[in-house]
Amino acid sequence: MSKITRRRLVLGSSTLGLGGALGGLLGGCELIENGPRRPGLYGLSDTLTLATQRFLLRDQPLVREFGPEAISAVFPTINTTDPDDPAYRRSKAAGFSDWRLPVSGLVERPTAFTLAELRAMPARTQITLHACEQGWSAIGGWTGVPLSHVLASVGLKPEARFIVIRTVDGWWDTYDLFDALHPQTILAYGMNGRDLPVAHGAPVRLRVERQLGYKSLKYLASIEATDRVDGLGQGRGSMVSELGFSWYAGI
Amino acid sequence: MTDATSDATNDAMSDATRGTMSGAMTARAEMAVRRHPLWVRLAHWVNAGAFAALAVSGVAILLALPRLFWGETGANDAPAWIVLPLPVNLEQTGWGRNLHFLAAWIFVLNGALYLLIALASGHLLRRLTPDRDQLHPRHIAADLRAHLRLTGSGAAGARRYNVLQKLAYLAVILVLAPVMLLSGLTMAPGVTAAYPELFTLFGGRQSARTIHFLSAVLLVGFLLIHVWQVLANGPLDLMRGMITGRSARTSADRATSGEDPR
Repeated sequence: MSKITRRRLVLGSSTLGLGGALGGLLGGCELIENGPRRPGLYGLSDTLTLATQRFLLRDQPLVREFGPEAISAVFPTINTTDPDDPAYRRSKAAGFSDWRLPVSGLVERPTAFTLAELRAMPARTQITLHACEQGWSAIGGWTGVPLSHVLASVGLKPEARFIVIRTVDGWWDTYDLFDALHPQTILAYGMNGRDLPVAHGAPVRLRVERQLGYKSLKYLASIEATDRVDGLGQGRGSMVSELGFSWYAGI
Repeated sequence: MTDATSDATNDAMSDATRGTMSGAMTARAEMAVRRHPLWVRLAHWVNAGAFAALAVSGVAILLALPRLFWGETGANDAPAWIVLPLPVNLEQTGWGRNLHFLAAWIFVLNGALYLLIALASGHLLRRLTPDRDQLHPRHIAADLRAHLRLTGSGAAGARRYNVLQKLAYLAVILVLAPVMLLSGLTMAPGVTAAYPELFTLFGGRQSARTIHFLSAVLLVGFLLIHVWQVLANGPLDLMRGMITGRSARTSADRATSGEDPR
């Protein structure tokens, strides 16, 4: 873990250069070295936002956590609420007993974890405010294993810089280690004291608490460690970025 | 009693002074007068563009959830404080957010630079802070009546802004703009992770969103009055003043009150 921590610090400080932001107008802003690119003025504005927030978050603070009494009666479900993928349906019918989460890429020991194996790992429960880009917000309790623990258990290689996460319903997103290794970034299998409901991404969803809801992917299918994400898809870093949204959603 | 008398005398004296001044100005009616320094004009128009972009994109974002709440949480199926009579648009493509944050950066950097120069140069104190005589209730009442005439709040020959105008500018610069910025940042999960105090300041994320909206309504209200005042007080000359820095207006009928309507 000490290697990871050191790399995290280096990453955190490497994103502070604003010179790259101004110089990037022509070729598109590279938010982070070997990271997603975004052309034009929106790329500049995204880079300014990311650099500023990385500076504000340099000590890796935790987001607020609430007591159980704060949990919202209404927690909206949006986008996919029940994937129609045949394999997912079979798995759901079997209580996700055959479900596997492959963790691969730049790791020493690629492993496909069962739900039981994830549940056996050290768990974290956090009751947090979920903020959607649509404007709504709700408080929910999430129980799961920190992504940092899963990555440490498969031996993240020193050259790994990003985590690529894909879902059953075709979403994909990427996270740099600054967010992936944050203590509140968890693979959640429980919600409000019960199993994670299908509408909220069963059997396992991601929680990335310092960004908007669309970064907290549901229905996880695979995790991959990589050293660069600029070659994925259109090079924007995520599915929603290709639709026009920002890769970094801390605002 | 004494104060009132002396204030009245001051008013009379300054009116007399203004009369003399306007007489002098009429004599050289063709000469251009200096209106606004370059940095004020630049800041004004950059801000105008950024504000227009913020307003339009703000509405685009709002249409995803045209409901307002108090506290931390709120959603379509949760009870709302106000349901705005606007169409709902859930087919967002991100342009509203993209434009909003780009314009917000321009608004903030431009505004910070403006405030810095305004403070350092004394502009804020000399041109935007009401003078002592302007704060007299009778003066304020007279200025209010002048504004309520709707056809022009006074004259544009003007060596200083009128008192309602000064108070409006100060309220926008020192209260509404900072409230907009801070309530906006309270909606940013990355910022509140670093500064959870923002939630306390506004009473929760949805409260911040509601206050952001209400402040925006006040700012749009300010803009409407601002534009009306320009239109009602010789728009061509006032626009010339804010674009070139100089305006020709020195004619006697416009110069009598010594107040500047912009």
